[in-house]
Amino acid sequence: MTGPLDQLIHQQWWAAVATVCRLTGDLDAAEDAVQDACVAALERWPAAGVPDNVLGWLIGVARHKAVDRLRREANRGAKEAAAMREISDSGTGAGARAWAEAGAEVRAGTWAGAGAEAGAGAGAEAEAGAGAGEDGSPRATDRLGLMFLCCHPALDVSARVALTLRSVCGLSTAEIAAAFLVPDETMAKRLVRAKAKIREARIPFRIPGEAELPERLGAVLRVIYLLFTEGHMASRGEALIRGELCDRAIALARGVAELLPGEPEAAGLLALLLLTDARRAARTDDLGDLVLLEDQDRGRWDPDMIAEGEAVLEAALGQGRPGRYQLHAAIAACHSTAASADGTDWRQIALLYAELVRHEPTPVVEANRGVAVAMAEGPAAGLVILDALAHHPQLRRWAQLYIARAELLRRLGRDDEATDAYRSALELEPAPASRSFIARRLRELGGNGSAN
Amino acid sequence: MKYMLLLNRTADALPAPGTPELDRIIQEYGAAVEAMGRAGVLIDCAPLAALSSTTTVRVRDGETIVTDGPSAEIKEQLGGYSIIECADLDEALKWAATIPAARDASVEIRPIVGMPAPA
Repeated sequence: MTGPLDQLIHQQWWAAVATVCRLTGDLDAAEDAVQDACVAALERWPAAGVPDNVLGWLIGVARHKAVDRLRREANRGAKEAAAMREISDSGTGAGARAWAEAGAEVRAGTWAGAGAEAGAGAGAEAEAGAGAGEDGSPRATDRLGLMFLCCHPALDVSARVALTLRSVCGLSTAEIAAAFLVPDETMAKRLVRAKAKIREARIPFRIPGEAELPERLGAVLRVIYLLFTEGHMASRGEALIRGELCDRAIALARGVAELLPGEPEAAGLLALLLLTDARRAARTDDLGDLVLLEDQDRGRWDPDMIAEGEAVLEAALGQGRPGRYQLHAAIAACHSTAASADGTDWRQIALLYAELVRHEPTPVVEANRGVAVAMAEGPAAGLVILDALAHHPQLRRWAQLYIARAELLRRLGRDDEATDAYRSALELEPAPASRSFIARRLRELGGNGSAN
Repeated sequence: MKYMLLLNRTADALPAPGTPELDRIIQEYGAAVEAMGRAGVLIDCAPLAALSSTTTVRVRDGETIVTDGPSAEIKEQLGGYSIIECADLDEALKWAATIPAARDASVEIRPIVGMPAPA
């Protein structure tokens, strides 16, 4: 993606794939067809000029291509089914016919039947109109439908994240593989498997009803949050920040928040991501090492992002239905508004964490509350909370808890215990940035710092 | 007395379309079920889609928990079956969550391949 034309086309990817997917009922066909339509646009538009309705053009072309493909597949399936039926007609047993038809369907690709229905209907319309008739125009809910499809709880979480990057964001398989540091082939398999499950299990393209919405929206927001943290923490990468993933996650959160204005948690997530990403430039030093929040140069925080994040958060909280993302964002806002690390309102943060524990009762949130209490009331008070979590099965392999304990022990002057805790953290093989931070602390504590 | 025969296989997916392996499977299974049909003992049969297309539903404290893949709980065992016809997986999930087994253990939803349309 380089030129302005590329960008113009790419901005429409989400909406184009979504509408073509709804029209044809096949995600894979929709995605391939939109890809082809984008290539065609790049070939034609420099000479022919950019059409007034970029999205309408892409949808019209892509829909034709997708319908063609599905019709070809359906014809193949129908011919084989007819041939198999002849073979089994001598038997006339219902079971034999079922097996024969099953065989034909397997030959043609398992969803050939469903594709045929959708394809035939859409094809007739495409021929009657110019391909952008009333039913061919995008609907406001299409983009949400695609998001809910890619983030369906019946898909494995890693598949949801990969599929969202591919189908909603339009990243190539190679780009996604690079972002998650897995071989291209592994990522390609993951995507193929996810699409096969959508087809075979018939996961629908639809907006969940009111009763399902909270849970299903939660799954969507979680995928966006995972995407962001993957870019932000880069636990498996050498580079601390893979900005591309953060940018994509913010664009998705913005889209979902705009499409669901009545769901404050969607806006809460957008606010959280904006407030967190505003610190991107200050999070690493020149060597690429992690800089703790308290040591960050606040002059390098992005004031526009902070202002937008605070405005979005305020509007969300105004709806009077707090939730985990709004509370996380409110905590992030406490940091953003403090002029200095010393000026942070830790009492307020500790209170927000206490509220957050009610919405998100996990030991990790409780550990964060412990850190906030330590800042508000002193390291001893925080250590009581962290020590209570020390043997929690979910936290046994969580290096951050050991690092947090080590920090509090260090502040209390209990250097030997602090050194032990830092070493325990190192044994859990934390991210490279955390490793070099721990090594520095160990050197400061004067022990034999090269514990690795 | 009705009996449910559980047909196990060693590979997750059926052989690739157009291969002699798949043709042989279709012929052999076709012959077996045809004989059962002629003898009047066959009520219904169909192959299942690949295990990787399975979804598992659990209901805990009134909340429906949906996961990808079969149940990995070794304490659970097959105790019955239902065959339902639904428009899509969301509808199937809704019905699966109403079965008591979803509360006590889990319900696996496995698509059935190529059932002929009900007459």
